[in-house]
Amino acid sequence: MERHLQPDLPVVEAPERRPRRSKAPYGLAAPGLLWLLVLFVIPMIAMLSLSLQTGTSLEGFRQTFRFANFTDALSQNGVYVVRSIRNAVIVTAIALLLAYPVAYWIAFYGGKFKNVFLFLLLLPFFISFVIRTVAWSFILSDNGIILGSLKSIGLLPESYRVLGTTMAVIAGITYNLLPFTILPLYVSLEQIDRRLVEAAKDLYASRTKAFTKVVLPLSMPGIFAALLLTSIPAIGDYVNAQVLGGPGTTMIGNVIQSEFLRDRNYPEAAALAFVLMGILLVGAIVYARVLGTERITEA
Amino acid sequence: MSAVATEPRRIQTPAPPARGPRKRWTRFVLPTYVVAFILYISFPILVIVLFSFNQTRGGFGTSPRVKTTWIGFTTDWYRRLFDLPDLTTALRHSLTIGVLSALAATTLGTLLGLALARYRFRGRGGADFAIFLSISAPEIVLGAALASFFVALGLSRGGFTLFLSHSMFSVAFVAVTVRARAAGLDRSLEAAAMDLGANPVTAFFKVTLPLLFPAILAGFLLAFALSMDDFVISQFTQGPFTMFPTWVLGATRVGIPPHVFAFATIIFLTGATLAGVQALVSRRRT
Repeated sequence: MERHLQPDLPVVEAPERRPRRSKAPYGLAAPGLLWLLVLFVIPMIAMLSLSLQTGTSLEGFRQTFRFANFTDALSQNGVYVVRSIRNAVIVTAIALLLAYPVAYWIAFYGGKFKNVFLFLLLLPFFISFVIRTVAWSFILSDNGIILGSLKSIGLLPESYRVLGTTMAVIAGITYNLLPFTILPLYVSLEQIDRRLVEAAKDLYASRTKAFTKVVLPLSMPGIFAALLLTSIPAIGDYVNAQVLGGPGTTMIGNVIQSEFLRDRNYPEAAALAFVLMGILLVGAIVYARVLGTERITEA
Repeated sequence: MSAVATEPRRIQTPAPPARGPRKRWTRFVLPTYVVAFILYISFPILVIVLFSFNQTRGGFGTSPRVKTTWIGFTTDWYRRLFDLPDLTTALRHSLTIGVLSALAATTLGTLLGLALARYRFRGRGGADFAIFLSISAPEIVLGAALASFFVALGLSRGGFTLFLSHSMFSVAFVAVTVRARAAGLDRSLEAAAMDLGANPVTAFFKVTLPLLFPAILAGFLLAFALSMDDFVISQFTQGPFTMFPTWVLGATRVGIPPHVFAFATIIFLTGATLAGVQALVSRRRT
């Protein structure tokens, strides 16, 4: 192709591997990048500016660069921040423990039905996650199909509740995020060369040893990806806490949502959103320090 | 698992390691667990489908709510699917925004993905980073940022801001999908077309675009599905233009209208059938 356009250029080996330098990429990329600039980068800046304003929704807000908004937001909502981090950690741990054996079995023993199993696993996610969460609130309701029947045969006391508890919120978030846990695990487990496991066994490794010394280390990239993909949405979630939780289960997302949409206290909501981003950033930096940066971009 | 691995094994067969037949029952543990897991994952769907056929007694003339006990089989909710005007409107909103935002995102994302797959250009790193961030940022941060932006602009929230927001978060997903396919594309095909006298534009439309089509279609469907499923960003940017998921969440505070389960069942069956057919077709092709 190069030769066609520029006849005087000598043909170098594998010219198609070398990206051309031309104006074309700018023309191709410009509309999409402009879209992301105007609707992603600038809104983040707008939110940053909003987080440093003071005023009320009635009198309007003024840009005062009040950095104390951040410390105020943090000190007023410390409980929710801590609770969100705790919930996200628990959710991620449970999701990894639940999903790993499934991903492992499908990747190693799924045979020609691998795709069927994956399809079955992803099938429920064709229903909107709001409706799935609402369905869980229906299933777990105080006299619903599970608690109601257990109560009627006397296995549970009449006053027993699941809805409104932290357990319900954590279970709901875990359920909703399981595909984000299972897919990266499956992808990395699927790529493992089976011969390595066989070799370990040939060298007299027990099944357990072969798993902990070969399979587990090789699936680490998948575990890291699953960790990120599960914990990031988990920490910012507010739908599960709203639908399945109660007064004692409010998370940082619920505060941001109600401050922004109900109370129109934009600066505090914006500051809290940045606090959330900050927590994730710190998490990502710690993660990168511990595990190396190339793993993050890999994920 | 081929000759390389089996060879040494045959040599040492006289001394099989401890993994003998002693723990025979344990090999059923994992398969059983996987089946149980799939049942757990599908349980809410089974409940939704089942209870969309349940009768609801009474209801004081107001809109009926799904009952937690089985009263009797009925197909009423499917026949009265469009009985709740607000629900129908919300669903129409969702479909409209879904199609429009997916179209915009597919156009922009395809070009962006193509540029990223084919060229090394200034700002490429930044573009990669923006894509990565817009995919990985928590939805609530995106929603709050977009809402802040619209507030700062004085733009009242509604269908237009929804369209902008949904097309924004979908662009990155389309770009990633198309880039993956374009990177694996044999560029000599395009070169061949040009050697045969096609100009670059013709070559693009006659060769590159058809080859990229599966990825573009996948990107469009992904963008549409993301838009239909989205709740958080919609809630922040919709204003009075209620979408299907936000309507459902609002309406279910006092109980779930059975129509919601009926709609969910239909959406689920449509999506599952399409995905199943697509999987079968693509399998036959390869």
